[in-house]
Amino acid sequence: MVEYIIKRVLLGLAALIVVSALTFLLMNLIPGGPFLSEKAPTAEVLAALEAKYGLNRPLHQQYFTWLSDILRGDFGVSFKMQKNRPVIVIIGEMFPTSVKVGVFAMLWAIVAGVSLGCFAAYKRGRLTDSVLRVVTTTGVVLPTFVTATILLVVFAGGIFKILPVIVDKNAEWYAYILPCFTLGLNPMCNIARYTRSSMLDALSQEYIRTAYAKGLNTAAIIFKHALRNALIPVISYIGPMIAYILTGGFVIETVFSIPGLGRYFVQSIQNRDYPIIMGTTIFLASFVIIMTLAVDILYRWIDPRIDLAKEA
Amino acid sequence: MNVDSGEAGPLLSVTDLKVSFFTPAGEVKAVNGISYDLRRGEVLGIVGESGSGKSVEAYSIMGLLQSPGRVIGGSISLGGENVLEYGRRQIRNMRGNRVSMIFQNPMTSLNPVYTIGDQIREALTAHSRVSRGDADRRAMDMLDLVGINNPEKRLRQYPHELSGGMRQRVMIALALICEPDLLIADEPTTALDVTIQAQILALMESIRKERDMAIIFITHNLGVVADICTRVAVMYAGHIVESGPVNDIFYAPRHPYTLGLLRSIPRVDDESRERLIPIDGTPVDMLNPPPGCPFAPRCHECMNICLRAYPPATAFADGHAANCWMFDRDVFDREMAEREMPDL
Repeated sequence: MVEYIIKRVLLGLAALIVVSALTFLLMNLIPGGPFLSEKAPTAEVLAALEAKYGLNRPLHQQYFTWLSDILRGDFGVSFKMQKNRPVIVIIGEMFPTSVKVGVFAMLWAIVAGVSLGCFAAYKRGRLTDSVLRVVTTTGVVLPTFVTATILLVVFAGGIFKILPVIVDKNAEWYAYILPCFTLGLNPMCNIARYTRSSMLDALSQEYIRTAYAKGLNTAAIIFKHALRNALIPVISYIGPMIAYILTGGFVIETVFSIPGLGRYFVQSIQNRDYPIIMGTTIFLASFVIIMTLAVDILYRWIDPRIDLAKEA
Repeated sequence: MNVDSGEAGPLLSVTDLKVSFFTPAGEVKAVNGISYDLRRGEVLGIVGESGSGKSVEAYSIMGLLQSPGRVIGGSISLGGENVLEYGRRQIRNMRGNRVSMIFQNPMTSLNPVYTIGDQIREALTAHSRVSRGDADRRAMDMLDLVGINNPEKRLRQYPHELSGGMRQRVMIALALICEPDLLIADEPTTALDVTIQAQILALMESIRKERDMAIIFITHNLGVVADICTRVAVMYAGHIVESGPVNDIFYAPRHPYTLGLLRSIPRVDDESRERLIPIDGTPVDMLNPPPGCPFAPRCHECMNICLRAYPPATAFADGHAANCWMFDRDVFDREMAEREMPDL
């Protein structure tokens, strides 16, 4: 087990290096630079700025400098958006806001998704199942910005004016209802669909018949015997999803003006604020890698037949 | 739990049971009016080919028929109560407690993600309030009874850590822990290799003797029937075509189908090197069964009336009965007379 985790962590580090190298390359391939927008500086000023931040050196040198810096825990400073403030501090400020929205979005997505999936599987072929299928399919195909806009029009202006449009730092708790709902909607529908199909598979297994033959009640059969077996494919979706949701859906944060990490990440790309782009990318990527590892460890706990040592 | 307190009266009495599956293609009469009695301590073998309705019949006793299957007539009386009139709760109380079931495939009949201990304990706690310690003790006793060594260790193991024979023993332990009056065994030895088969049969027989439990043994293996059953019912296309004490069925079969079944099994001790005689034709299309006796199209003795009407049961000695027109003297004589008439 320990051996397996060590191996996975090393693989994760390798993945991070690849991700950072690619991001670094792509970022530098986009035309423009951090100091070129608005009023263009004179050639001398530009050269001085680039020299100060080391941007005049060859690309590979810049990358290795950045790499050795972060190995020492130094993620650099913002070039532009919050000039000269450390990237790590900025991420530390932005991330909690994203998490606040993300946690609730995630909770409702998982709880509602798994329950609706079980319910639809139990009612297979009946009206409830068909209605749920239409609802979840709609939820899966609707882009977040469309849902967000519709909800804003309905609840924050056009029809009812009961919820605020903008969710800033000082917003009341109810201001988070719309963003949390919207952010969780798509994952919720996906989870419901995965749960339904793997529940159907589990419910048709022979051990379910054994469970009925023992005289267990329906709840024990569904939630104890079928659900645990049905969870594996669902968990493999939920793990990475948690990483994406917690780090902030940038669409949601943009539509609702939430000062979170997702929106800031997009702005940093627009502003070519290289250290922030790199810092956020590494942060997101590590999060996804950690969640994937967590999922694999969870598998072992859910299904004793999975032998992690063998798979390593 | 004892269901029948008096000596008289059968433990289980099935009367004119009819089960149909309502498929998109039409109604399939999987069980078409069967009746039998089963006494405490008796072992009834239900024999028949695939699709003869033998499993469906057993599942309807447990209320385990899956949609679109439905009991559409008859009664199943267990200790004097009609289980078909039971509510959900009563059915649950019966399952695993008064009537238990073991299945064909021990590899897939246990839940892979729970330990053996969890699954046996659960069978117990579904029906009675017992402490964890007591449940553990009884589970271990049960594992010991079914011949599993080192029960304490086994309780903590998962199904995939056990062999097929062991898993079937666990299934038996789990079925018997509430001391049911009736055990339904749905081809419990089919998926096991022969030596293990014999062990499992011997185990079931010894537990039956000890507990005076009744067993319904569903199988297509006549060898197994000869080993363990006291009575046999032969099913064909949803009907019991012949039933009786095991020796009568094997040594004095009456129904042409039973005869055909017995002639088509190879015998180790047969020196004559005769060819096996298969039953001609194919099993009945259950969606469009023939109007008369379902076996008529494959039967060498087929008479005109066989194609028109289903024969009544003719009783022989010792509860031996067969449904065949050959045994209705009047009908048989009339048919034979017709046959001798020249074509006009």
